[in-house]
Amino acid sequence: MKLTTLKLVTIVAEAVLQDQIIDGIQALGAKGFTLMSSEGQGSRGRRTGEIPGVNIRIETLVSTELAEKIISYISENYFEHYAVICFLTDAQVLRGEKYC
Amino acid sequence: MKEILQANLLSPIVLCFLLGIVAKLIRSEFALPKDIYMGISIYLLLGLGLKGGVELSHASFSAIAGPIGITLLLGCITPISAYLILRKLGRFTVSDAAAIAAHYGSVSAVTFIAAQVFVTHMMANDPSIPPLEGYLPTLLTLLESPGIHIALAIGALKTAKKGQSILPVLHEVLTGRTMVLLVGGLFVGYFMDPKGWQVVSPFFDSSSAIFKGLLCIFLLEMGVVAGSRMGDLRKVGPFLLAFGTLVPLLHGALAIVLGNWVGLSIGGCTVLAAMAASASYIAAPPAVRVTLPDANPSYYLTAALAITFPFNVTLGIPIFFELAKLLA
Repeated sequence: MKLTTLKLVTIVAEAVLQDQIIDGIQALGAKGFTLMSSEGQGSRGRRTGEIPGVNIRIETLVSTELAEKIISYISENYFEHYAVICFLTDAQVLRGEKYC
Repeated sequence: MKEILQANLLSPIVLCFLLGIVAKLIRSEFALPKDIYMGISIYLLLGLGLKGGVELSHASFSAIAGPIGITLLLGCITPISAYLILRKLGRFTVSDAAAIAAHYGSVSAVTFIAAQVFVTHMMANDPSIPPLEGYLPTLLTLLESPGIHIALAIGALKTAKKGQSILPVLHEVLTGRTMVLLVGGLFVGYFMDPKGWQVVSPFFDSSSAIFKGLLCIFLLEMGVVAGSRMGDLRKVGPFLLAFGTLVPLLHGALAIVLGNWVGLSIGGCTVLAAMAASASYIAAPPAVRVTLPDANPSYYLTAALAITFPFNVTLGIPIFFELAKLLA
């Protein structure tokens, strides 16, 4: 079994940002993503939405290089004004070439 | 006047709304499942659009030209007046003022529906009140979009964000749920075979028991949402509290004066006033969040949901009705 080590980029953000973030990470080179609905609260407190507290959680498996580009993109464009977190974890996959 | 206020406060719709607020204040876990809320919203908007379209097909252009004109005028005035009051009197930042103004320049369809139900109830008890114009939902669709864009444009211009394209926001506002169902419904209703309307009207017509019942459940959830924002009332300050009640009265009064001028009935003026006085909380928040991210959502959401919506539904609509009768 040939396992490749990649990075799993997880972004949890306000639901309004869904289209923007997905377009953004795909433009940077992410080949795919998984989108989930989630709830929660951050250090700055609850905010926004007709239905309060609804977030989106986006996961994508990418190379380390692209992971760093994505986390930069999120931090530069969204950290200041929006409720968003972004973190990286290691993941091992088969079919490594599918993600790069 | 007191009897009318009391009658409104004791109507099932308003009482369900208040029940929702109470439920939230006593920290009940109760909330309407999101999909049911969405489903009822779709039903209400589509029903409104369909009937509005059917009525529009019976209306002559000369009858509706005046009301359409003043509606568009209100759609342009209300965001600007709101912005100026917030900026000059309230000393809000440009972003906050523009963000809040975007909400007050737009409209709440549920407030419209509540006003319509109130007026038809008044008509049932008082035969001297003329019937409501059927094409009012058309005016609703016209008021939804311009205010948001004007306020956002003011915000963008003043904060020198000229680089940002307005197209995505324009697309989002114009293709939102309210617009698709209302405008789409209008088209369907307009072109629909009258026999077709006879078949579905017992279900969709706003005078049907089904419509009013589902409206009660919907307002119950609106109460829960408003209640959940009441904790923020302390944070928004007294100015916004005053703004959220007085500016709707101002915009409503202006609507009545203009409505009278073009010959709208008492009921028509009341509903138009309720529209002008209302603040959007569906279409405006996402548009504002994306365009003016530094604006504080606590301000605009609390003002629209916890101050203005409850005010309009409980006190505003009856007040506009009395004012419309007075000026007729």
